Amino acid sequence: MREVHLRINPIACEGHGLCAELLPERIRLDDWGYPLIAPDPIPPEVLEHARRAVAACPTLALALERRRH
Amino acid sequence: MTPTPTPTGAGSPPAAAEPPVGLPRLLAGVAGGGPPMDLLAHLSRHGPLPARGRRGPALIEVLERSGLCGRGGAAFPTFRKLAGVAARRGPAVVVGNGTEGEPASAKDRRLLTAVPHLVLDGAALAARAVGAPDAILAVHPAAAPAVAAAVAEREARRMDRVRFRVAVPPERFVTGEASALVHWINSGVATPTMRPPHVSERGVDHRPTLVDNVETLAHIALIARHGADWFRTLGTPGDPGSSLVTISGPVGRPGVYEISRGMTVREVLQAARGATEPLQALLLGGYFGTWLPSGEAMELRLCAEGLRPAGASLGAGVLMALGVGSCGLVATARLASYLADQTAGQCGPCVHGLAAIAGELDRLARRAGRVDLERLSRWGREVEGRGACHHPDGAVGMVRSGLRTFAEEVRLHQAGACSAASDAPVATGAGAAAGA
Ligand SMILES: Cc1cc2nc3c(=O)[nH]c(=O)nc-3n(C[C@H](O)[C@H](O)[C@H](O)COP(=O)(O)O)c2cc1C
Ligand code: SF4
Ligand code: SF4
Repeated sequence: MREVHLRINPIACEGHGLCAELLPERIRLDDWGYPLIAPDPIPPEVLEHARRAVAACPTLALALERRRH
Repeated sequence: MTPTPTPTGAGSPPAAAEPPVGLPRLLAGVAGGGPPMDLLAHLSRHGPLPARGRRGPALIEVLERSGLCGRGGAAFPTFRKLAGVAARRGPAVVVGNGTEGEPASAKDRRLLTAVPHLVLDGAALAARAVGAPDAILAVHPAAAPAVAAAVAEREARRMDRVRFRVAVPPERFVTGEASALVHWINSGVATPTMRPPHVSERGVDHRPTLVDNVETLAHIALIARHGADWFRTLGTPGDPGSSLVTISGPVGRPGVYEISRGMTVREVLQAARGATEPLQALLLGGYFGTWLPSGEAMELRLCAEGLRPAGASLGAGVLMALGVGSCGLVATARLASYLADQTAGQCGPCVHGLAAIAGELDRLARRAGRVDLERLSRWGREVEGRGACHHPDGAVGMVRSGLRTFAEEVRLHQAGACSAASDAPVATGAGAAAGA
């Protein structure tokens, strides 16, 4: 089984917070405006929103990653 | 070319030396503060590099049986790292990590300035085992002259096949992190990089790179000579061998000692002539380490199995004692501020999170008003695992252990009091230790 996870590159992320706006189901911001990502895999029904958030990140810090179960 | 370690004019080649019995191993024949052991003295003490049986791929097998784990902090099995790099295609690179950015540690400098040839032997052996034509010794500025002189001695005798280079990275805490070190060697910028790729896949000049602590390399030099069974005559079955430790704080003779893994904290402190005042706590493992009440710490064995139940590890071998006259919260806050200051400034949660945590701890230590402890521990949980390297994780772990060990002090400080006899500065560095 392969699961889809959101993965963040903390070096690239500048805390724009756009991702949290687009994907509030999975991402909230910490006290400094940097995204905290829910640890469990992305359920299929959220995948489209997750793709949109990835595409919107201005620094390409967010990626979808397939991980072995 | 087959290395012929016989120095010209030294007569017959030195015979394989008797393996050292007991302690010390790495520091055998070293007088405190004396000049570095030169090549001739080194070879007559330890003997020549071993013949075929314990070189190349065979070395990796011997290292596996020896049970040697890295001495740079993470205690990863050394054979596995070598095997990983050896399995990659193309010429590799060996990096000896002697940057020693940890302020409470002095053992790598001590090793490099006392027995540089032991480290260079280990680097040469590791280079051969992983297929590396180059080895870079990245060392603390204080050790650079001794290492450079030792490299020159070997080059004059055409002793090694590997090409050595000595490099002195900037003195920052994070510089010694493996990917930061490789980044600095490649581009002059000493900040960690994102994985993948791991340095073992793509490191220095894009080549597979083995980054090993310099003490780890020195152990390799002895294991290659004397074998896995010999290595295991010290230490415990699960955590064999000897280790260098740096002891600081109120003890009779702070400094660097070689211990057998599995010795108790009490025994190790005795080697440093014992505490000079009653102790309240010990920091085991350094700035990324674990504060423990001295009562709990004293009988702990300094090995992986012995420390695991206490949630601690030996890290890079740091033992920092704290006397009853000092405030544990002041000490914890000082360490936290230092670590917050030392972030590589790249990852938001590390930069802002550690600064916020250190700021609140500082307020707590100075009794500058009530601190929201709930929020402090939430910040800790939220910062953990969110950097490109383990810097924030190490810092948060240390802070958490401090708040646990000094829980009574926290209560007092929240009420505006402090149990310490004085708010005198706490010895938090190896300044005192480095001299011994
Ligand atoms: C922030 C940070 C700083 C580090 N500093 C050092 C250091 O100064 N020296 C060192 O040998 N390892 C240091 N390390 C560990 C290295 O990344 C690496 O694990 C080690 O050099 C591997 O050697 P070993 O397997 O022989 O222990 C550091 C790690 C981190 C996260
Ligand atoms: S949108 Fe990108 S840069 Fe902005 S917070 Fe999210 S991951 Fe970071
Ligand atoms: S986690 Fe901290 S120290 Fe590590 S790379 Fe990111 S900012 Fe630098």
